[in-house]
Amino acid sequence: MTTAALSVDGLWKIFGPRSDRVIGTPDAELSRADLKAKTGNVVGVKDVSFDVAPGEVFVVMGLSGSGKSTLVRLLTRLIEPTSGSVTLNGEEITAASESKLREIRRHQVSMVFQHFGLLPHRQVIDNVAYGLEVRGVGKKERRAKAGEIVDLVGLTGYEKSYPDQLSGGMQQRVGLARALAGDPEMLLFDEPFSALDPLIRRDMQNEVIRLHRELGKTMVFITHDLSEALKLGDRILIMRDGAIVQIGSPDEVVARPADDYVKDFVSEVPKSHVLTLKWVMREPRPGESLEGPALPVTTIVRQAARAAIASEHPIRVVDGDELLGVVDEEDIMRVVVAEEES
Amino acid sequence: MRTPRSRGARIGAVAAVATLALSACGGGSIDEQTQANEEQAAESGGECGDLNMAVNPWVGYEASAYVVGTVAEQELGCNVEYKELKEDVSWQGFGTGEVDVVIEDWGHPDLEKKFFAEQGDGTATDFGPQGNVGIIGWFVPPWLAEEHPDILDWENLNKYADEFATSESGGQGQFLGADPSYVQFDEAIVSNLDLDFKVVFSGSEAASIEAFRKAEENKEWVIGYWYEPQYFNAEVPMQRVALPPYEEGCQDDPETVACDYPETELKKIVSTEWSEGDSTAVDLVQNFTWTNEDQNVVAGYIASDGMSPEDAAAKWIDENQDKVDAWLG
Amino acid sequence: MTTTAPAPAVRKPVEPGAEPPPPERSSVSRWIPAAVVIGVWIVAYLLLEGTDTLALPGVARTDLHDRLTEFNNDLLASRDTNPVMQFTNSISDLLRSLFEWVQRMIVVPNPPRPVPEIGWLGVVAIATYIGLAIANWRIAVLVCLSFLSFGVLGYWQDSLDLLIVTGISVAIVIVLGMPLAVLVGTSTRANRAITVVLDLMQTMPTFVYLLPVVLFFGIGVSAAVVSTMIYALPPLVRIAGFGIREVPTATIEATDSAGQTYWQRLFKVQLPMARKTIIVGLNQTTLAALSMATLAAFVNGPGLGKPVLAGLRINDVGAAFVPGVLIVVMAVMLDRTTTAASERSEKVARGGGGNVRQRRVLLAVGGVGTLVAVYLSRTYIGLAEFPVYTIGDRIATWVNDVMDWVTSTFGGITGAFKDLVTTWLLNPMQSLIADSPWYVSFVAIAALAFVFGGARALVSSLVCLTGIWFFDLWHDAMITLTMTLVATVLVMVLALVFGVWMARDRKVDLGIRPLLDAGQTIPPFVYLIPVLALFGPSRFTAIVAGVVYAAPAAIKLVADGVKGVSPTTIEAGRSTGQTTWQEITKVQLPMAKGSLVLATNQGLLYVLSMTVIGGLVGAGALGYDVVYGFSRSEAWGKGLAAGITIVLLGVMLDRITRAAADVRRDDGPGPRRAFHTRLPIGFPGDRKVVET
Repeated sequence: MTTAALSVDGLWKIFGPRSDRVIGTPDAELSRADLKAKTGNVVGVKDVSFDVAPGEVFVVMGLSGSGKSTLVRLLTRLIEPTSGSVTLNGEEITAASESKLREIRRHQVSMVFQHFGLLPHRQVIDNVAYGLEVRGVGKKERRAKAGEIVDLVGLTGYEKSYPDQLSGGMQQRVGLARALAGDPEMLLFDEPFSALDPLIRRDMQNEVIRLHRELGKTMVFITHDLSEALKLGDRILIMRDGAIVQIGSPDEVVARPADDYVKDFVSEVPKSHVLTLKWVMREPRPGESLEGPALPVTTIVRQAARAAIASEHPIRVVDGDELLGVVDEEDIMRVVVAEEES
Repeated sequence: MRTPRSRGARIGAVAAVATLALSACGGGSIDEQTQANEEQAAESGGECGDLNMAVNPWVGYEASAYVVGTVAEQELGCNVEYKELKEDVSWQGFGTGEVDVVIEDWGHPDLEKKFFAEQGDGTATDFGPQGNVGIIGWFVPPWLAEEHPDILDWENLNKYADEFATSESGGQGQFLGADPSYVQFDEAIVSNLDLDFKVVFSGSEAASIEAFRKAEENKEWVIGYWYEPQYFNAEVPMQRVALPPYEEGCQDDPETVACDYPETELKKIVSTEWSEGDSTAVDLVQNFTWTNEDQNVVAGYIASDGMSPEDAAAKWIDENQDKVDAWLG
Repeated sequence: MTTTAPAPAVRKPVEPGAEPPPPERSSVSRWIPAAVVIGVWIVAYLLLEGTDTLALPGVARTDLHDRLTEFNNDLLASRDTNPVMQFTNSISDLLRSLFEWVQRMIVVPNPPRPVPEIGWLGVVAIATYIGLAIANWRIAVLVCLSFLSFGVLGYWQDSLDLLIVTGISVAIVIVLGMPLAVLVGTSTRANRAITVVLDLMQTMPTFVYLLPVVLFFGIGVSAAVVSTMIYALPPLVRIAGFGIREVPTATIEATDSAGQTYWQRLFKVQLPMARKTIIVGLNQTTLAALSMATLAAFVNGPGLGKPVLAGLRINDVGAAFVPGVLIVVMAVMLDRTTTAASERSEKVARGGGGNVRQRRVLLAVGGVGTLVAVYLSRTYIGLAEFPVYTIGDRIATWVNDVMDWVTSTFGGITGAFKDLVTTWLLNPMQSLIADSPWYVSFVAIAALAFVFGGARALVSSLVCLTGIWFFDLWHDAMITLTMTLVATVLVMVLALVFGVWMARDRKVDLGIRPLLDAGQTIPPFVYLIPVLALFGPSRFTAIVAGVVYAAPAAIKLVADGVKGVSPTTIEAGRSTGQTTWQEITKVQLPMAKGSLVLATNQGLLYVLSMTVIGGLVGAGALGYDVVYGFSRSEAWGKGLAAGITIVLLGVMLDRITRAAADVRRDDGPGPRRAFHTRLPIGFPGDRKVVET
């Protein structure tokens, strides 16, 4: 029952001499610094497992050095894993031959990079067409296809420009277009917007949301920016020192941080913008009115606020027809006020 | 703006070159000469063929080589190729056909062992003396010989050792060793004769010449390894210091040498294969012989008068037709 | 509200593989132990002076040297049967016939024609046209004037011969070198192995391998081509390899993730992106090839080296000067043309390059003109054989007059200066280094290496010193080391004075730079005679020759380094009211420290590469040994041993200076400009490391 688009199981990456000998020994349990001191090896990714559903936007989030960029590179073996498996649509990438791997990279997965990685000696159109070119698609055909994608990402008119004539945001659109041109099933993003200005970053995030809505591709998105993770992700994986700290939906992560590390992280998040009613609702008190308006459990707290204030009765939180609990003005105020105080 | 100017510049350049060229072209057409050459080639049988003449790097040698080469070219119609090489490389070339003649050899026991038939691969053959006599020894500039005549005897050298001291000789007198190409035992001689000198190698003929020239000009004290025939002796007649006379065998063991250098009959060495062929130049090289004076005249043309070796050789041949005729038999 | 400002607690640098920044070592702390080492060394010298110095007389050899000689003799004895030599001989025949064919086309008579197929006018026209076609009209004019100067100064054939040899050599270097460059650029292990070989090829004196090359490839053109190749290959491999390695990882990854094959990556990404750097490498290779002209002439290699040696043979400075200058002219011509051509092709590729139609018309007109010129040069003798002018001779005479004047005027001063430096600097240093027992110097040098460069430099110097000891030329090596150090001190004095001056005054820079370029390119054989005339055969003469050769590079490096100091810093300093002297000593020089170290490194290696030339002017030591080995084949082994010893000295000095500068070990020509690759330009900074 491999319904997952991407399945990662027990993935390790250890850099350094004789790295393969570490896994399975007590050394593997050492902290990064201790392991480095003892064996000279550095753990990049430590025993990571997760599944990504088709069409999902899966965000991997962590600070620099947390191993997130290594992790995304392990997925298509841009870096060879030390052990563990990666399965894409039932195909085990970690066991694929050179040529099979190339096929997968050509047709199934594309990647967008932080520093764009464009070819400065090629025009935009030929950068976008690069993936098609290495597959052996004829010049005319690939340029036509690339032209469509250039339009899709909003670069119409810049086909003949060279990368260094474009702004950072536009360059990343080229990177995006290049990834899309091959019509892959899955897109990997490695901190694609962290080198961009805040305003442009927001545009690009919206662009990704739009494309996801239009094209419905599975996406794995790496970022160090929590708000970006919360904005884009269906689910978020938080990494630290190469290991998973927590996996969950944005509201789960904010509401129930797995440990102090995550808690520290999410402490500044405006919770009313992220949490859903699920996290603030409670059992109706005996005798409490159930006349109030019904709102689905996935409603974000902030959106429920107006209804709660307007209503004399507590809001009923429902999943379909089933009543899960209630929320009143006070419950909501508690979330908002806590935010103000922090 | 760029292009019109560039076109103008180009046309200007072409025009200038063309004028320069046309003014220089007085001669006939190339086609005529080509035809003439073809006819000439058909007539002459080409009995000589190619002559690969090694040119070792000193002017005296150059003089001999170009005189023989020019005669071969003019009188026998040889196609002479001069190859500028050091001695060892020249000898290596006998076996590969790249060198046919070494016209002035100062004696190379090690090379003879490798390339003469007796012990080596037999690619080289001794073609006998070429008339020049090589004199090697210790020499001082003329001003020194004049002011201190007793310096010409080695036994008085220690008396002057202090005068010969330089910044290079560490308190002892400096003896200027030679270009490493030459056979030399000076370090052994100095130590075996208990001379208070240190050998400092000039490293090249050019360096020795500059040192001697400077010494004569500025009346500096210099003593060094030197030889004759050598064009420079015409400019500065270097004076020889007498060492204990040479006796047969006194230089056999390099460690114990304590005597003067022998006089050397300079020889012609040729490629065995070439000498067994039927080139008419073989006889010429075999017959070639001349004197130190002859060589110094030609070397002087080259070094002092700045003539090209070809012109110098041609001039000497003109003036000494009788000698040349003798070689041609 | 975003969370871009995480709590400081988690913001520790945990970049894998990153090391904590090394503690700052103040330079004072290094000089104190260094002074202690030298002090102990002096005491040991005073006690043990003259014992165990391992001195070997100039023409003496050891068993080891004779065994090495045997190697050459064995090769010689086997030349008729050795299959490798049969093979190389056939290559050599090929090279020779290729050379001669080109020669008959453009330089020498092609019998039965009394002249070449294309006469001088045609050749000049074609060359000019090529300059126009691949670059621009300015280059065309430069090419045209250069070619005319070859003929007008009287060296038409030698110049074209040299051009042909250089062309063939560079073509072969590209064919052999580019695959190596790709290896160097893509594999760390290959890079390490190849770099060692390249170091060897660049520091091994040519005289050492000239005899074996002749054995394998014969006399003349092919020996010239092969030895030129050996010397000219390293710059291309190093610089092009560096360029390939410096292609940003981001781009490689991005394109890899598109599923490209190895070859697609190479030809579509790495080579195009490294293009500019590769051209620089090619440029350097061409200049290196030209600098071999004179040495190739020692085995009858055709070209301008021949007249230079002929001038040397009769101690005629002027006669050697004119062809020497033509080598410089040729170098400048090739350098500017390749650079301009590269710039132009870049522009054209990006859709620039001016009006296309106008250019086409221009090229067509030029093409017709060229064809006409070729036709004329095939028809009239006067347009086929370059007319004879006397201007070359007149320049030679003039140069000789000037030289005579200089020697007679300054002879006394120069002699006094020589004695001063020799007595107060050279002799004391040589006593200490060369006249101490070998084991004392060995330990002292290793200790100094450790003090200045740490453990890494210690290991390198131990290996090199052991090698030097093994090859039986310890005493000579120590003398050469002394001369190299003294010369480098003088080079650095010049570099500081002129470098700072040039950096502070643009006009001075513009005026001096061409002289420096010429100084770097003119064959050292040209200035041997004047230097000899001024100083006589001595170690100091060799030092002067080394300084003349090495100073230009060092001056340029210092000038560029000082110029690179940020203007803001200088402004800030000026606002405090500092004097010019304070500005130089407290701001500009300290901030240009990296360049100063690099200049020292380059100075050492350039000077060392002149060791053999030093042997020709009375310096003795290793240079003499190499010349001796080349001149007399029974001593070839000693020459080889001396050559290897020079290489070991070079490697040792290079590693110590680089370790002292704490230059990160990276084989790009940036920090590794070692082994004179003559880099006039800078390189992009560190490549971006992808966060892991």
